[in-house]
Amino acid sequence: MADLTSAAPARHGVLEGARGTRPRRALSGRNIMIYGILIVMCVYYILPLWVMVMTSLKGMPEIRLGNIFAPPVEITFQPWVKAWSEACTGLNCEGLSVGFWNSVRILIPSVILSIAVASVNGYALVNWRFKGSDMFFTILIFGSFIPYQVMLYPIVILLREMGLYGGLWGLVLVHTIFGMPILTLLFRNYFSSIPEELFKAARVDGAGFWGIYFRIMMPMSLPIFVVAIILQVTGIWNDFLFGVVYTKPSLYPMTVQLNNIVNSVQGVKEYNVNMAATMLTGLVPLFIYFVSGKLFVRGIAAGAVKG
Amino acid sequence: MTNSIEVKDLTLNFGATSVLKNMNLTVAEGEFIVLLGPSGCGKSTLLNCLAGLLDITDGQIWIKGKNVTWAEPSDRGIGMVFQSYALYPQMTVRGNLSFGLKNARVPAEEIAKRVARAAEILQIQPLLDRKPGALSGGQRQRVAIGRALVRDVDVFLFDEPLSNLDAKLRSELRVEIKRLHSRLNNTMVYVTHDQIEALTLADRIAVMRGGIIQQLDEPHTIYNRPANLFVAGFIGSPAMNFIKGETVNGGRAFKFGSVTLDLAGYEGGAIMDRPKAMLGLRPEHLTILDDAIDGATFPATVEIDEPMGADSLVWLEAEGKQISVRVPFEHRPKAGARVHLKVDIAKASLFDETNEQRI
Repeated sequence: MADLTSAAPARHGVLEGARGTRPRRALSGRNIMIYGILIVMCVYYILPLWVMVMTSLKGMPEIRLGNIFAPPVEITFQPWVKAWSEACTGLNCEGLSVGFWNSVRILIPSVILSIAVASVNGYALVNWRFKGSDMFFTILIFGSFIPYQVMLYPIVILLREMGLYGGLWGLVLVHTIFGMPILTLLFRNYFSSIPEELFKAARVDGAGFWGIYFRIMMPMSLPIFVVAIILQVTGIWNDFLFGVVYTKPSLYPMTVQLNNIVNSVQGVKEYNVNMAATMLTGLVPLFIYFVSGKLFVRGIAAGAVKG
Repeated sequence: MTNSIEVKDLTLNFGATSVLKNMNLTVAEGEFIVLLGPSGCGKSTLLNCLAGLLDITDGQIWIKGKNVTWAEPSDRGIGMVFQSYALYPQMTVRGNLSFGLKNARVPAEEIAKRVARAAEILQIQPLLDRKPGALSGGQRQRVAIGRALVRDVDVFLFDEPLSNLDAKLRSELRVEIKRLHSRLNNTMVYVTHDQIEALTLADRIAVMRGGIIQQLDEPHTIYNRPANLFVAGFIGSPAMNFIKGETVNGGRAFKFGSVTLDLAGYEGGAIMDRPKAMLGLRPEHLTILDDAIDGATFPATVEIDEPMGADSLVWLEAEGKQISVRVPFEHRPKAGARVHLKVDIAKASLFDETNEQRI
């Protein structure tokens, strides 16, 4: 034993040639390529944002000088204030704030309702197979391939007959229905990755349809709920078409109001106000992405394991 | 003794494929039954039918004298343990154990009492406030058993509970399950593809193939008196040797190649000549001798041996067939040696090759 331990370090010093971790050069051609491309891509995406932020912080005289990339000489937040509370959309001059609260009132019930329906759908399709459940799923998925424009007018008639046309709940219903195919697919795939034995164990333990859903499935599916929330919040917030078709001017969502502000033809084009209004409209999705980026990736990856 | 489980004419079809065929099985109270078979033989399916997790096509299932064919799993008086443990990951061990009782609206006091008792029996008291993710495989399986235990049921169903564990833990938990059974004296139905588990645990083993029970008997009988070729080949490791031949001399001798073995001492079977017969010999029922004994030995040549610790499995060649013999390690012969193999005919199994049944 003594011989072995004394021999080991001696041999260590004798080793010649390549040994241990292979050395890496910091400035290899490969690294220059990768970082070069990354920097170009970053600039490509950041530049428009830069122009928008800078323009929104300038006064009109400074904008007319034309140096769109230059930072403001004199910083003013007046355009943001104006965009929020004073800008004119058509006859109203109350700014985007009206649209913001409309969007919030549309968003919250739509997100909750669509996710509730779709998650129960996905759960039932995986764990409580019924006769024709595969057919049902196929039809549902097929629904996501039909272009919205085809259904635009029929839905107007449907909503009118139901007495929901032009109201908030009509739009909520439309968002719920159109969110269903993709969300159901998302939840179905996620739930099918949860071991079936867990479901069986819960049944032996006497839990029913809703008991298993609320006590077993839902607590295990936080990541996919986050993904669904992100998809729905951004999708519904950014929606323009349904908002403009199925509501009336007093209920127009923020996107529609933004369009009305930016595209108004009378008077001077207030670029700084337009930029500020656009930024304001984009803040909600942006915020959601920043807050939940990590969970989003985890949920997407988990759902993709088994399809 | 009353019957705990009765399966009557059970048939299960998945579409056009028939998984269980007209099965009948009666399990006595307190009995430990092992369903054993290769993958796809229907053993897990049968267990799921007993649990009520699969709707059966035809037949009846009775548990404790009650027809539970249409009953919900939770109303059948069963507890089930799964291969993948199936613990609820977001709940603590205590939550896992009490989930079923809460669903059954058992008073909190009673729940606490039963959880404490189960934890004591399985020695998982220190783990009660941990989540399953923080437990080792063996601990998880203990909790899974505990979940069945707290339900205070008459019948335990085990679906390959030890298959996800490593060899050492498996043998430890095997003993624990046996101990649990002798302490609780519940009826247990245990599905496995591991014949060692089956042989060590069972009061009776049901060997299944293709949705049909091939043989249902005590482990000793299954091992020594297999009912047909399938059971003979499936049970036993190292596997039984099969020698094709015929019975001659009015069924009193077995002939293969130039060898004739006297069948005097073989139990059972109608004595008659069969042109197609199969002699099954377990490796430990053969002895290596230097000299021939007329009618009881046949010549063979040693090829290789596989040392297995205490024993060695010697492979020989006889009449163009590979034969394995189990010998104590220190008595293994040299390769190439010409020896004679003595057959212990009383322990041999003889099959009719045409219907694969034991003679």
